[in-house]
Amino acid sequence: MGNFPDIEFKLGDYVEDFVNFLDEVLEPLFDLIFFISSRFIGAISDVLTWIPWWVFIILIFLLGWYFKSILSGVFYAVFIFLVGTFGLWEYLMMTISIVLTAVIICLVIGVPIGVWMAFSKGFSSVMRPILDAMQTMPSFVYLIPAIFFFGLGNVSAIFATLIYALPPVIRLTELAIRGVDPEVIESAQSFGSSRWQMLKKVQLPQALPTIMAGVNQTTMMALAMVVIASMVGAKGLGEQVLISINRIDIALGFEAGISIVFLAIIIDRVTGGVADKFQKHRRAK
Amino acid sequence: MAKNKIKIEHVSKIFGPKPKSVIPMVRDGMSKAEILKETNHTVGVYDASMEINEGEIFVIMGLSGSGKSTLIRCFNLLNKPTDGAIKVDDENIVKYNASELRKFRQDKIAMVFQHFGLFNHRTVMENVEYGLEIKNVSKEERQKIAQDNIEIVGLKGFEDKYPEELSGGMQQRVGLARALTNDPDILLMDEPFSALDPLIRRDMQLELLDIQERLKKTIIFITHDVNEAFKIGDRVAVMKDGKVVQVGTPEEILESPANEYITDFIADIDRSKILQAENIMFKPNALVSLKDGLKVAIKEMKENGISSVFVVDRGRHLKGIVTIDAAIKGVKEKKTLEDVLDTDVSVVKKEEYVNDIIPKALESKFPLAVVNEDNKLEGLILRVHVLSGLVADDVEESREYHGYMQNNEVNE
Repeated sequence: MGNFPDIEFKLGDYVEDFVNFLDEVLEPLFDLIFFISSRFIGAISDVLTWIPWWVFIILIFLLGWYFKSILSGVFYAVFIFLVGTFGLWEYLMMTISIVLTAVIICLVIGVPIGVWMAFSKGFSSVMRPILDAMQTMPSFVYLIPAIFFFGLGNVSAIFATLIYALPPVIRLTELAIRGVDPEVIESAQSFGSSRWQMLKKVQLPQALPTIMAGVNQTTMMALAMVVIASMVGAKGLGEQVLISINRIDIALGFEAGISIVFLAIIIDRVTGGVADKFQKHRRAK
Repeated sequence: MAKNKIKIEHVSKIFGPKPKSVIPMVRDGMSKAEILKETNHTVGVYDASMEINEGEIFVIMGLSGSGKSTLIRCFNLLNKPTDGAIKVDDENIVKYNASELRKFRQDKIAMVFQHFGLFNHRTVMENVEYGLEIKNVSKEERQKIAQDNIEIVGLKGFEDKYPEELSGGMQQRVGLARALTNDPDILLMDEPFSALDPLIRRDMQLELLDIQERLKKTIIFITHDVNEAFKIGDRVAVMKDGKVVQVGTPEEILESPANEYITDFIADIDRSKILQAENIMFKPNALVSLKDGLKVAIKEMKENGISSVFVVDRGRHLKGIVTIDAAIKGVKEKKTLEDVLDTDVSVVKKEEYVNDIIPKALESKFPLAVVNEDNKLEGLILRVHVLSGLVADDVEESREYHGYMQNNEVNE
């Protein structure tokens, strides 16, 4: 018969034991991370909610104008205004602060890892399958250890978002640093640059446009996690979507959903515009 | 004799996981291709030795894949030699540790790259001051020095432009200014003009010679272009398959190529731009002094079988030329040598290039007179000779013919 023989390997159990072990041993560390990130989100959302709504809309308009065009600015401002009229303003601010926090942490962790991978073939070959796994593992799965480490709430949401959104910025940083013209590297070397000077003055600036493309992708992915992350208690627009599913509330579902789409469009265009600005600066001004 | 600045001894550079293990194989005469196939190592340079004098332009010439770019990168240890020593001012730089090497690169040596290697995120000024910035020179001071060098290469007014806004020739000027800003003793130039179009290339070559005239750096210059090598090189090393085949002045290499490879290499060179008047002139067999008189002139011409002879004064300064016809006529009419003297002689300087002599040779009805700096007659060049000098395999051979040609001229 075609039945699989009676061999068992309980990999899941080992992973569970490992997660338990981590939770016990590294508890102070997780507490610290929890403390820092919850403070961070708190600070950002405080600032965002402190800003009067009309100032925020003007800010969005200016961003759109500066990085794209005046028409884009007008559109983005209208989008944000619409979200406000849906009665979702507060949730929008919460979502923005979660996404922003996640992206900032992604950059702080991701760029150095990417740089290290560019310098070390060994580290790169270890990291690559891990990054693949991070991107392909169904995102619900990391919610479980996230709850384990940080409990329900925004911090768990950020943790899950990080795992999902980190790979692009790491990969593109590595690619960008490796892609710097070897002759440019040689010329920096030939002047007697130290490793650090080379990285700071030549490699990172040269790699910046590509890294910015990574930031754009990472931001979009962080936004894509908003609904999933709401399952572990993240507040914001995602939570509203989840509620609407539970209540089979078409109206709320659509409003929350379209708000996420609006936010996605604005973030994508603006970060894309930033990347383009860096590129243009290279070519003729 | 100029002082030795750089001395490289038996330098080899092999690329691959275990480069040292390959050296005995090369020594045993295995070819590059065989080694690549069997051991997966690439022989970049093998057993190169040469001495480079202070203040000279030393050109390393070879086709692509001959190892010249690998070799030039050994001088600043962008490539660390697998074997051998490189001595700069009698110090073996291969033995330098990381901080000594940084210091050496910051102070003594700079490089100009084929595709310029400019930092396109920095303006022209920021590119040029980079070397000083690395050395932590204050902003004010380094900008002042950078500004001077930007002016030397003729880029005043472009300080705030980005490299991509400039043409290829101007970008390479930035590269040159950037290298000069560190005031290095040694300038490495890796095919600096190859990416430029021919007209700009010629300008840049002349400008380099001009700058060198003023700054007197020791320049190591890589090129695959024979004409360029011979035009700007004080001495030239020819490389093939990672080995140095010949080192010498352009004239030495032209006149006695070490082997067939070099003969082929220089076959398409425009000899007229390399050879100077003194390379193709010959010493006059006969000369007549003004006080000797007509009869002596006729006798000299008869004895040597020539149809005309140069007349000089006591200090060997050229006075003119007298032909056999004029001399015989003059004797009959009882005239003096001075009366029949033809002063319409084309004079060329010893160091004029053959290329520049051609028009004069075509116009002149007499042989060309070659004079030195003091205007003393050094030799003469026949018109036929100018043209034959361009095609002859070597100049010695054409000299043998000159008696024959002169006889022909007598018969005309």
